[in-house]
Amino acid sequence: MSTAIKDLSQDRQKRMIAGHYAELSHAKESGRKVVYTFVPGNLTELLNNLGLLPVLPEINALQSGMRGKTGDYIHIAEKAGHSEDVCTYVKADIGMLKSGNLGPTGEPLPKPDLLLLSYTGCFTFLKWFELLKREYDCPVVMLHVPYQGDGRITEQMRRYVADQLRDEVIPALEKLAGRKLDYAKLRQQLALSAQAESDLVWVLESAKHKPSPIDAYFGGVYYIGPIFTSFRGTQDAVDYYQLLREEVEQRIREGLGPVTPEGTMHEEKYRIVVEGPPNWTSFREFWRMFYGEGAVVVASSYTKVGGLYDRGFRHNPDQPLETLADYCMGCYTNLNLPDRINLLEKYINEYAADGFLINSVKSCNSFSAGQLLILRELEKRTGRSGGFIESDLVDPRYFSAANIKNRLESYFQMVEAKRARS
Amino acid sequence: MDCFVGIDLGSTTTKAVIVNDDGRIVGRGITNSRSNYDVAARVARTEAFTNARFDMLGRALEQEAGQDAAFTAALASNYRLECFLGQLQRLEDHCQRDLDSDRYRDDRRAMGHALEVILEGVRRDAHAVYAGNASARSDFFRDLAGASYIEHAAQVAREGGPAFDRLVGLFDRNIIPVENEQETRGFEELLLAALGRTGRANPGVATVLQRVAGSTMREVSAVGTGYGRVRLPFPKENIRSEILCHGLGAHLMFPGTRTVLDIGGQDTKAIQVDENGVVTSFQMNDRCAAGCGRYLGYIADEMNIGLHELGPLALGATRRIKINSTCTVFAGAEFRDRLAAGQAREDIVAGLHRAIILRAMSLLARSGGIRNQFTFTGGVGRNQAAVKALGEVASDNYGTLEINIAPDSIYTGAIGAATFALRSAGSGVSAN
Repeated sequence: MSTAIKDLSQDRQKRMIAGHYAELSHAKESGRKVVYTFVPGNLTELLNNLGLLPVLPEINALQSGMRGKTGDYIHIAEKAGHSEDVCTYVKADIGMLKSGNLGPTGEPLPKPDLLLLSYTGCFTFLKWFELLKREYDCPVVMLHVPYQGDGRITEQMRRYVADQLRDEVIPALEKLAGRKLDYAKLRQQLALSAQAESDLVWVLESAKHKPSPIDAYFGGVYYIGPIFTSFRGTQDAVDYYQLLREEVEQRIREGLGPVTPEGTMHEEKYRIVVEGPPNWTSFREFWRMFYGEGAVVVASSYTKVGGLYDRGFRHNPDQPLETLADYCMGCYTNLNLPDRINLLEKYINEYAADGFLINSVKSCNSFSAGQLLILRELEKRTGRSGGFIESDLVDPRYFSAANIKNRLESYFQMVEAKRARS
Repeated sequence: MDCFVGIDLGSTTTKAVIVNDDGRIVGRGITNSRSNYDVAARVARTEAFTNARFDMLGRALEQEAGQDAAFTAALASNYRLECFLGQLQRLEDHCQRDLDSDRYRDDRRAMGHALEVILEGVRRDAHAVYAGNASARSDFFRDLAGASYIEHAAQVAREGGPAFDRLVGLFDRNIIPVENEQETRGFEELLLAALGRTGRANPGVATVLQRVAGSTMREVSAVGTGYGRVRLPFPKENIRSEILCHGLGAHLMFPGTRTVLDIGGQDTKAIQVDENGVVTSFQMNDRCAAGCGRYLGYIADEMNIGLHELGPLALGATRRIKINSTCTVFAGAEFRDRLAAGQAREDIVAGLHRAIILRAMSLLARSGGIRNQFTFTGGVGRNQAAVKALGEVASDNYGTLEINIAPDSIYTGAIGAATFALRSAGSGVSAN
C-alpha cells in the first residue's frame, strides 16, 4: 500500500459539506428557514429553489457514528424509553437532540421550521418524524410515495405523487419560504441534477474495469455524498462529479486499484457485490476486513438508496414534478424484492463479480426483511457464492469484530475454493 | 515419516491432527485451550506427535516383537500416567513454593501436611483411572487432578485439617503455571518409564521402542484453524477458516456429506458442501453464543456434574419439557427456576438439549436446509442426548435422513486443516 494522498475531489466534498453545516449553524442569524427531510426521496431542488436549508437526520446519525458519538446518543435515547429494537438511526438522532443538537462538525444544528416526510419504503420514517414533531412542535408535510409492489411505475402512481407535490408539498414550502417556487429555475436545477447523475453513474460503472479503480461500497458512500444530501441540482455537485470522474479516468489510465485509508489497493483478489448498508461505528475496521483480503466491492445496492440512476433514470427538466415523482418512486428502498434481486443479479453479472455479500442490519426491519431469500435466489440464479454477515448501522454494541472477520475470511476462502474447483 | 499437521484452536479445546503423505490420520492430540492459545497449540501438537509415534509403535510391536494391541494400549495408559504424575509433581513443587510465602505464615505446617495427604490421594486415584479401574470426568490434567484434589481436600477439612476453601485456593493458584509448562522428559524417557510400569514385555520390545522413539517425523507443513488461529506462527496462506476445515473434515470422514452441523464451544455452524467437500454456503450464530457448547457447560457447572454426564442424565427423561431460552448467561437461572417448579432434573436437562437443537435448526434452515447425508460434528456430537434430539427434530422437518456422527468428530476441523496442509504441500500453492 502506498501512502494515502487525499484526492482533490475528496477535499472539495469536505469543503462543500462543511460549508453547508456552517450555513445551518448560522441559519437563525441569517433568517434562513430549515427543513428536516430524509435521503431516499429527498426534494433538494425544491428546497434550494426556495432558499430553504435541508437537514438530513440519517446523515447526522451516520456521521456521528463514524465519529464515535452514537454509543452515548443511543444510551440517552434508551434512557428516554426507546427500546433496544428501535432503529438505531432514530435513537442516535434523538440522543443527539437531547445532547444539545450539535451536528457532526460540532456546530449546533438549528431546529426545524418544517418536517418534510417523503416516505419511500421505510416505515420507520413515519414514526421518526412523529417523534420529532413532538420534540420540536413544528408542522409536518408528508409526501406519500407508493411502493413499487408490482415492480413498475404506472401513470396513475406518477400523477398521484406529482399532485401531492403541486397541491400539498410545494404550497407548504412556499408558505414557509414566503415566496413562490421559481419553475424556470427549477428546470435549470433539474438539468444540473441530470448532468451530475450521469457523471456519478459513469464513476460507479467504472468498477466494471479490471482492476476496478474504485470501491463502489466503502468508497461509494463518499461518492454519493453530495448528490444524496443537499447538493443535487447545484453547480457545485456538477463540478464535484466532473472532478471525481477525471480522477477515476486517470486511475484507469494508470491501471490503479481503489483508494483505501492505507493507500492504493494493489491486488484485486475478489470482486464482490454487496447488499445492505455498511456499519458506520467501525467503518474503517470493516473496510479493512475487505481490502486486507484483497476484496473490492464492485457494486452495491446501498449506494442506490438515495436515487437509482444506473437503470437510465435522469431528472427531466421538461417535466419537473413528474420527474421528481419518478425519482422518489425509483429509490432502491422503494423497490420490491423481485426487483431488488433482479438488480443485484444484473450487478453480479455485469460487474463480473466472484460473489455477493449481504450485511444484514438487525435494527432495520424494512431493509433486512427478505434478505435470506435474496441470498438463496441469487445463489441459484448466478451460481456464485453468497455470504451473510450481521451488524448494525450506528450501535457500536452490535459490531462484533471477531465474529464478522471470521465470517468474512471464511467467505473469501469459500470463494477462492470454489474458483479453484471450477 | 512425512507429517502434515492441522491445528484447530477452539474456544474450549485445542485439537491437533497429523496425517501422513497418504492422507491417513496417524496422530491426534487434544487439550483444553485455557487462556493461552500458544501453550494449548504446543501441548495438542506434542500429544498428536506422541499419538502418531504410538501408531507406529503399535504396528512395529505387533510385527517385530509379537505384542498384541492390548499391550500397546496398556503401554499408552502408563505413558499417560507418567505424564500425569510428572504434572502432579510440578503442581506439588509450585504449591510447596507457595506455602513458603507470607500468606501461610500461621498455618504453614498444617497446610503442608494436608497437601501431602491430598496429593497422595490424587496419585492413588490416578493409578486407578489409568489402570482402567475408575471412570474419569475428563482427559485433561486440570479436570482430572482438580476433581480428585477437591474430593480429598474435603475429606481433610472434615477431619479437622485446614479449611476447605483455603486448600482449594492453594490448588487454584498453582494449577495455572502447571498447565502452561511443558513436560521436560522426552518421548523415549517417558516410554521406557511406562514400559517399566507395564511389565510382562516380550524380548526385543525395548529395542523396538528405542528405534521408534528415535525415528524421524518430519513436519512438512501445517495449517491452523479455529478462533485462535491468528496466534499460530504460520504464513497467512496456511491459516484457514474453520468453516472450510469443518466442511472438508466432514467430507473426509463421510464422503456422502452434503450438510454439516457443528456445535462448538462458542459457535454453531451450519455448512453446505459439494461432492468434493468444498463449502458452498454457511451460516453461523451471530454476536451471541446462545445454544452453543458453553451453554451445556454452564448447566453442568450449575448441577456440579461433569459435562459428559449431562447426556446420560437427559436420556433418562420421561417427560418432554419445552424450554425456549437458550441464553447461556441465563442457563443457570432457567435450570433453577424449573427445579423450583418441581420438574425433574432429567426432564429439564432433556428439554435444554432439545432447545439447543431447535436453535441449530434455525441456522440450518438459513444455510439452505438439511440435505442427505447430514454430518454432525463438534464437541456436542459426543453427547448422546443432543444426538437423539437432533435425529428427532431433523427427521420431523426434513424426513428420513442419514445422520453421520464420527466418534472422533471433535477432530473434524483439525482433520480438514491437516488435509489442507497435505494438499498445499503437494501443489506448492495455498491450500484449497
